[in-house]
Amino acid sequence: MITKRIIPCLDVRDGRVVKGVNFEGLNDVSSPVDLADYYSRCGADELVFYDITASSDGRKLFTDILCETAKKVFIPLTVGGGINTTEDFDRVLKCGADKVSVNSGAIRNPSLINEAAKLYGDQCVVISADVKRVDGVFRVFAKGGRENTGMEAIEWIKRCVGNGAGEVVLNSIDTDGVKKGFDLEMLDAVCNAVSVPVIASGGAGCIDDFVTLFKTLPKVDAGLAASIFHFGEVSIKDLKQRLADENINVRIQR
Amino acid sequence: MTAIIDYGVGNLFSLTCSFDAIGEKAVVTSDPAVIKQADRIILPGVGAFGDAALKLMSSGLDKVLKEEVKAGKPLLGICLGMQLLFEKSFEYGEYEGLGLIEGEIRPIAEVIPADYKIPHIGWNALIFRNDDGGLFKYIKEGDFVYFVHSFYAAKCEKNTAAVAEYGAPLTAAVVKGNIYGTQFHPEKSGDVGMAILRAFCERKCEAC
Repeated sequence: MITKRIIPCLDVRDGRVVKGVNFEGLNDVSSPVDLADYYSRCGADELVFYDITASSDGRKLFTDILCETAKKVFIPLTVGGGINTTEDFDRVLKCGADKVSVNSGAIRNPSLINEAAKLYGDQCVVISADVKRVDGVFRVFAKGGRENTGMEAIEWIKRCVGNGAGEVVLNSIDTDGVKKGFDLEMLDAVCNAVSVPVIASGGAGCIDDFVTLFKTLPKVDAGLAASIFHFGEVSIKDLKQRLADENINVRIQR
Repeated sequence: MTAIIDYGVGNLFSLTCSFDAIGEKAVVTSDPAVIKQADRIILPGVGAFGDAALKLMSSGLDKVLKEEVKAGKPLLGICLGMQLLFEKSFEYGEYEGLGLIEGEIRPIAEVIPADYKIPHIGWNALIFRNDDGGLFKYIKEGDFVYFVHSFYAAKCEKNTAAVAEYGAPLTAAVVKGNIYGTQFHPEKSGDVGMAILRAFCERKCEAC
């Protein structure tokens, strides 16, 4: 059976990983290449590289870093941030990305998903949605969660999947950073609306939160987190062992 | 030297890098002369079968591959490259493949339960079946590899070296003499994938 995936997300600005602490055996925690390699060896099933660079110089640096990582790390790599055109897809795919996640770019240009899926296949296109409750309704936010688009989130995600997105990353703004667990209610709504894999993001604070996620919502395919991994609060190795102990199917390396 | 066939289908960056990582020389090429010089051949591929088969045949590379395989040169098809080894595919129509291995490519939707997601994407365990031709000499049954596919190889039981369980046993690897195929991506399957590529690189053409 297919395993549940554990995915660390690396925020990269000007060629460096934005946050992190020192791990044993890893000197430069802000080197995306070293950190990616480290996570890969710890059993991460996939890595997300998120480009939070604003400048074109930074973007070039990001692409170079991605290439360097892909030369050393042989697990699936997903790239997000600053993806607005099919040229952006091309730029990162040529550097070893396997999947490309779109967020604001798809909101600005709804045909982007369709065009990219035709060129690179559905499996390559990930819709990443930042969602927040506004007066009891799930709304899609743009620009890193700063701008309410007014769009109803479930309909938006369904539309993106209909246009060819092969996977959904659901970031709950409501639970993000709170560290009290994933947004199970929001995730359940998305899982029931689409038949493609759903990746939970936002809210993980400890190992138990992942256990609860996969036990409560068996339809969720993966859990994504950033700071709890980077700050060493949760080790991927311990997390996967615990999931295995709870009879959740995960990939444990020999 | 390993020739990685470039016929305009898919991204060869990671595959090329994985050969660097295991210390094996690999050349991305569409040149028949280079393919003929190679010790072994990789046929990669991502995308739709029909389009890929057309590209392979219109470039004449299908004939080169068939000649080299007939001479005994090891060939490894990866993902769509594995599917192209078969006789035909029913992916959005009906298309002819290279016909090097008996069997056909069919939608996984035909065999898996309705509540299973398509594509079959993620890490799944290998269940060994028939002779692996040495491909799995450095790995163990139950090791995980990375899959992304919506179609699978059917009617090929006797050449099936491994399957993956996804509501139904899906063909994960095939071996027929010097012809090898993996539905999964060894170049994205971490250490296990590297070990499979390393084993393939030990295959040599006896008669070449």
